[in-house]
Amino acid sequence: MSKIQDKFKELKSKNEKALISYIMTGFPNENTTLTIVRGLVRGGADIIELGFPFSDPIADGPVIQNASTVSLNKGAKIEKFFSLVKKIRKETDIPLVLMTYTNVLYTHGYSAFMSKAKSVGIDGLILPDMSIEESKEYLKSAKKNNLDTIFLVSPNTKNDRLKKIARASTGFLYMVAVFGTTGVQTKIHKYTIDAIKNAKKIVGKKIPIGIGFGVSTPADVKKYVSVGVDAVIVGSANLKIIENTAPSKLQRKIVNYTKTLKKSTRVN
Amino acid sequence: MKIGMPKDGRFGDFGGKYIPETLVPAVEELEENYQKIKSDKSFQNELDYYLKNYAGRPTPLYFAENLTKSVGGAKIYLKREDLLHGGAHKINNTLGQALLAKKMKKKRIIAETGAGQHGVATAMACSCLGLPSEVYMGYKDTVRQQQNVFRMDLLGCKVYPVKSGSQTLKDAINEAIRDWITNVDTTYYLLGSAVGPHPYPVMVRDFQSVIGKEIKKQMKNVPDTVIACVGGGSNAIGTFYPMIDDGVEMIGVEAAGKGLKTGMHSATLNAGKKGVLHGMMTYLLQDNDGQIKETHSISAGLDYPGVGPEHAFLKDAGNVKYKSATDNEVINAFLALTKTEGIIPALESAHAISHAIKIAKTRSKSDSIVVTLSGRGDKDIDIVKQYLRKNVKNSR
Repeated sequence: MSKIQDKFKELKSKNEKALISYIMTGFPNENTTLTIVRGLVRGGADIIELGFPFSDPIADGPVIQNASTVSLNKGAKIEKFFSLVKKIRKETDIPLVLMTYTNVLYTHGYSAFMSKAKSVGIDGLILPDMSIEESKEYLKSAKKNNLDTIFLVSPNTKNDRLKKIARASTGFLYMVAVFGTTGVQTKIHKYTIDAIKNAKKIVGKKIPIGIGFGVSTPADVKKYVSVGVDAVIVGSANLKIIENTAPSKLQRKIVNYTKTLKKSTRVN
Repeated sequence: MKIGMPKDGRFGDFGGKYIPETLVPAVEELEENYQKIKSDKSFQNELDYYLKNYAGRPTPLYFAENLTKSVGGAKIYLKREDLLHGGAHKINNTLGQALLAKKMKKKRIIAETGAGQHGVATAMACSCLGLPSEVYMGYKDTVRQQQNVFRMDLLGCKVYPVKSGSQTLKDAINEAIRDWITNVDTTYYLLGSAVGPHPYPVMVRDFQSVIGKEIKKQMKNVPDTVIACVGGGSNAIGTFYPMIDDGVEMIGVEAAGKGLKTGMHSATLNAGKKGVLHGMMTYLLQDNDGQIKETHSISAGLDYPGVGPEHAFLKDAGNVKYKSATDNEVINAFLALTKTEGIIPALESAHAISHAIKIAKTRSKSDSIVVTLSGRGDKDIDIVKQYLRKNVKNSR
């Protein structure tokens, strides 16, 4: 069993859902990333999603786009990313998921990239532009390297396809909450709730389901937990805090924010 | 693999559908509807009607006698796509796709544009067919192609300047894709080149193939050589595809910008490597980490770090040769055609002209070269003026 799978099992026994916290590495700079990760861990995040920037992030809204640009302008390189993961791994055992775009892996060769990622301590991968049709080589390499492949599904994904994607996914299934790109939303749509309930019914016994895109408040988390998700993924909201907080106060702010979200994942 | 017939949306290794899951139903719906209209006589008749009466097809194949004489060598013919409504080949594709969107009962059309030619052609086709249009355009391109922005305004099309990334065509495509993801139910994405996820490369090729089909008819036989410029590659693939099995020498010309060695160019097939962008696997200009590089070309329409997947395939298969022309060579070709023939070509098309001049010299007088003159150059007059002014200054 992978570290991610173990985590979901552990949480189940505690009657909790997973809080998955996303940040963009190298934003606002490389050193601060480690500080932020410490804040997420202390705040009680269950899984950390580390973003590695791509020049053309088509699935991302303005907040993550901006973070990607900053990170790249400050010299983000995959080698530096791997060193950072190594450093994080020295401090914590928390499951780490890499989120980036297909070309970053493809250009280094799926197999070479994944064996390196695994060796530094990455547990799973999320590629928003990797469709199952194109995933044969990707899946083969991931399996060989014991990395979880976390695919995305959307509220408009049909049931037969949902089943197919769930079969290709390990760790958890990432459900996109909205028709749209990443970023904070002002409301939870009925179609999202319906999609979660449907996905739980169709594939929920086989794989945990996480909801992401637009999740930002404890109320969001409570609502999603109440309709049965196994994980909530918070991304752009973290980056907004990072954007708007003075460095000296950043870690504490992240700890507190993460704590309030985590509290809402506990099922009473 | 039979050339030109993609299997599972791929041309060999190239193409495919690397897209966010939200777009999958939209792309499947598009594919299904495209298959239907492909063999639907009434659709094709309707499209032919608009191509003839609205866009001005067929376009002439003009023997450029003066240019031929001044170069000395093979006969140079021009396929006059510049005479189409809107001033470029783009209308062949936008009429086809806008008609399809209408059949699919889509309420809203979005598009990206580089030089603005596809944006204008989209706005025109949409006005003609009574559809609202919105166009994404890199901020840098809105500045260097202000006339086209104003044309779109006049046509009632909303233009959104894109300020992310390099602020050119690739970023306009990113933004259009994001819009499509957000409004997937109501919106039709009218992609302007033979790029993107399957079925776009095939569909755009098919709509542009009218160029090559007409050339064959007009030449009575096939020419010895055909030449077209390649950015995304829609006018080129539309020229080549109908002749793919005819033993014609086919040459695509990319933008070498300030020179292939300077890194400031858009010659994807000449200098790129395989990768994934905008839903397709193709050749890309990218760094060692897979980050897409900023490109340069004097022509906004070729300023793109990727290329249509079928071109990538044809390059590797050896069916088509891909050459390049520098900004300087392009300006010279632009001036040569303007002076000898009184035809002002788009800077994009001037890439193809430049290469035609280069090789015509080396060929026999009985040889024929057809150049697809993909667009007219009115939009580029200011750029040429600035370039000449700067270079006259520099040479003093």
